[in-house]
Amino acid sequence: MKKTALAAIAAVLVLGAGGASAQTLKFGLAEDPDALDPTLARTFVGRLVFSALCDKLVDISPDLKVVPQLATEWKWSADNKSLTFKLRPNVTFHDGEKFDAAAVKYNIERHKTMQGSQRRGELSAVTSVEVVDPLTVKLNTSAPFAPLLATLTDRAGMMISPKAGQALGDKFATAPVCAGPFKFVERVAQDRIVVEKYDGYWNKANVHFSRIEFRPFIDATVRLANLRSGQLDFLERLAATDAKAVQKDSKLKFASITEIGYYGITINIGKSEKSKTSALGSNPKIREAFELSLDRNGINKVVFDGLATPGNQWVAPNSPYYAKSVPVPKRDVAKAKALLKEAGNPNPVVNLVTPTTTDASKIAQVVQAMAKEAGFDVRIQATEFATSLNMADKGDFEAYILAWSGRPDPDGNLYSFHACKQPLNYSGMCNPALDEVLNDSRLTTDMTQRQAAWDKAAKIVSAERPIIYLLHRKWLYAHRAKLTGFKEYPDGLVRFVGMKM
Amino acid sequence: MTRFLIRRLAILLPTLLFVSIIIFGLQQLLPGDPAIAMAGEERDPQAIADIRAKYNLDKPIWVQYGLWIGGILQGDFGESIRIQLPVSQLLLEKLPVTIELAIVSMLIALAVGLPAGVISALHNGRWPDYVANVIGLWGLSTPNFWLGIMMILLFSVHLGWLPASGYVSPMEDLWGNLQAMIMPAFVLGTGIAAVFMRHTRSAMLQVLASDYIRTARAKGLYERVVIGKHAFRNAAVPVITLGALEFGQLLSGAVLTEQIFSIPGFGKLIVDAVFNRDYAVVQGVVLCTATAYILLNLLADIAYFLVNPRLRS
Repeated sequence: MKKTALAAIAAVLVLGAGGASAQTLKFGLAEDPDALDPTLARTFVGRLVFSALCDKLVDISPDLKVVPQLATEWKWSADNKSLTFKLRPNVTFHDGEKFDAAAVKYNIERHKTMQGSQRRGELSAVTSVEVVDPLTVKLNTSAPFAPLLATLTDRAGMMISPKAGQALGDKFATAPVCAGPFKFVERVAQDRIVVEKYDGYWNKANVHFSRIEFRPFIDATVRLANLRSGQLDFLERLAATDAKAVQKDSKLKFASITEIGYYGITINIGKSEKSKTSALGSNPKIREAFELSLDRNGINKVVFDGLATPGNQWVAPNSPYYAKSVPVPKRDVAKAKALLKEAGNPNPVVNLVTPTTTDASKIAQVVQAMAKEAGFDVRIQATEFATSLNMADKGDFEAYILAWSGRPDPDGNLYSFHACKQPLNYSGMCNPALDEVLNDSRLTTDMTQRQAAWDKAAKIVSAERPIIYLLHRKWLYAHRAKLTGFKEYPDGLVRFVGMKM
Repeated sequence: MTRFLIRRLAILLPTLLFVSIIIFGLQQLLPGDPAIAMAGEERDPQAIADIRAKYNLDKPIWVQYGLWIGGILQGDFGESIRIQLPVSQLLLEKLPVTIELAIVSMLIALAVGLPAGVISALHNGRWPDYVANVIGLWGLSTPNFWLGIMMILLFSVHLGWLPASGYVSPMEDLWGNLQAMIMPAFVLGTGIAAVFMRHTRSAMLQVLASDYIRTARAKGLYERVVIGKHAFRNAAVPVITLGALEFGQLLSGAVLTEQIFSIPGFGKLIVDAVFNRDYAVVQGVVLCTATAYILLNLLADIAYFLVNPRLRS
């Protein structure tokens, strides 16, 4: 009798323990990711899934410092033209293949050469990859390129199994094999992506879920309803308007962090002929008046329920890389009016191209109302997003509301937008003094010197206003109250290692 | 009947060919370049050029059309630019889901709409008619997305009876499948039920006022026979046409309802595809839907034959 009772208790304990470790995290995404191949991928939701599947050479910390992941240490050469990584020993890919220097070489070269690669630009500075020994790899660059290290904290630093990569070629996304905490199980387009714990993971002691199911819900209200009803345990991009309700709900927890990206109004100051005929594009005084007419706090309150961070640079005021010498200007309608009078155009017309997303449309309406008080006649050109990008590319706009998701190294928010003739330079900004400063910031790995260069850049950009930066959104999350170990990162991604429920 | 069928089937192919040209042409009118939409915010020029080359977007439009239609004739619908899976695989994954949702919604619509229409016609101007009309108008005027969200809040969040989302295949778990399907099918079904109810009612009123019904009653036939055999069968003809059209619409994907209940069917597929300029997917879905419409119309014509003897002569 006693024996049976003991056996029963033991069985319960074993089953109970089994239950605790065999836990599934049901994760709500805001959209269905694109191809699950780090070389080809480009969406934010895709990166959320990769954060379970694919470890990177290095990661960032919540305060944007580069920290070890698959590489344990790194060193720039004296001339800053090569970066050497020491790799973590005994790491395997999900197919059991060894992760070593040769695998790193394969991956970087794949990023650089594969047809359709979205990483080519990020890694353009890398000229060759040398295998020094099985656990040491050296990346050589054509010129000193400080942003390289931070680039490797994202998809460019993700490592896939060379064996699987060679076998699947451009079909790798159908069955991705990486070296992250979870391995790929299945994907049903627009329905779910399932991954399960990889037992050979180098840090498996800190992986507490046995499975993660990612499911896309485009509508934020529906996403939250699914969290409330138990179909989800965690969701990303909570609607700002739902934040209060989640905070009040004892079964749920709310989390947020300021993004590394921004919302801004790009102004065509030289991209095309249109810059010469538009009031904003042709006259810096009118641009200054336009900025002075805007109240960033007001936009924040109306559009984001006060949950964003107003700002005037490519990084938020609470970022370690913010140029403190160029503070956020206050609204000054009287001065704006005076400037317009001085410019001889008291009622300038501004055609504002606005993507049809909810946030952008709301921002446009608030901007329209605020600028009107200073005399501006803002005309909103609501345009579907893909079309608006085309227009920006061709310079077929006067002003354009555009968000940028941000990169951990400020260079990723800056260079391509403001250096002469760069691919994302929609404003047509081309200022040799700025180009020099921006190049300086890339040549040295000394953070004090880089910051000095960014401070100079902030002065030039805030005076010329190719982009009027408005604010930095917050990443908003909601999850079950019993889920612990979640830590917010400014890149908006979720690190699943360490989370449990 | 056989000649009629052959004639109808013979125009199927040219119709589809015509539809395919229209779909392809209209797509090109969509502003926005698929390669740029695909390249996303980073816009690496080399990546854009690669995508154009890979998906033949750099070729003249008639060459693109030729390649596409040539592929379809061999069963190859192309590849989704966004998720890089074959379109045929996506269609095969989503089609059963959409068909199931359409059938369940249709059954709900028929089970509610037809009896309600008949009852309200029989009690024209009395309280059952008013009740049916009020409910019908409510069904017609309630937006699907609102009803959907309200049902989720009530049955999933507050009562916890039904899952708010999470489609499972009936092969895997029939009960789970029905639980996930019942709310979206109800939302879709009520809207159509209202349409059925209104049409059945007016058709029945018209038929009930005709001479042969008076004759049938005068012959002393049971009311059950008069209504069921003589009146309803005649009143059913316009309802069949309507049913075929509504069913075709359901098959083209219930865009909003699928979005709200996260049902992975055609509606979700095509919305995402349009926004991402995923041409091959849009073309595949529209072609499938067009085929379904044509076949359903054919079925409706056959059904006329069966219910209406006059057409057979």
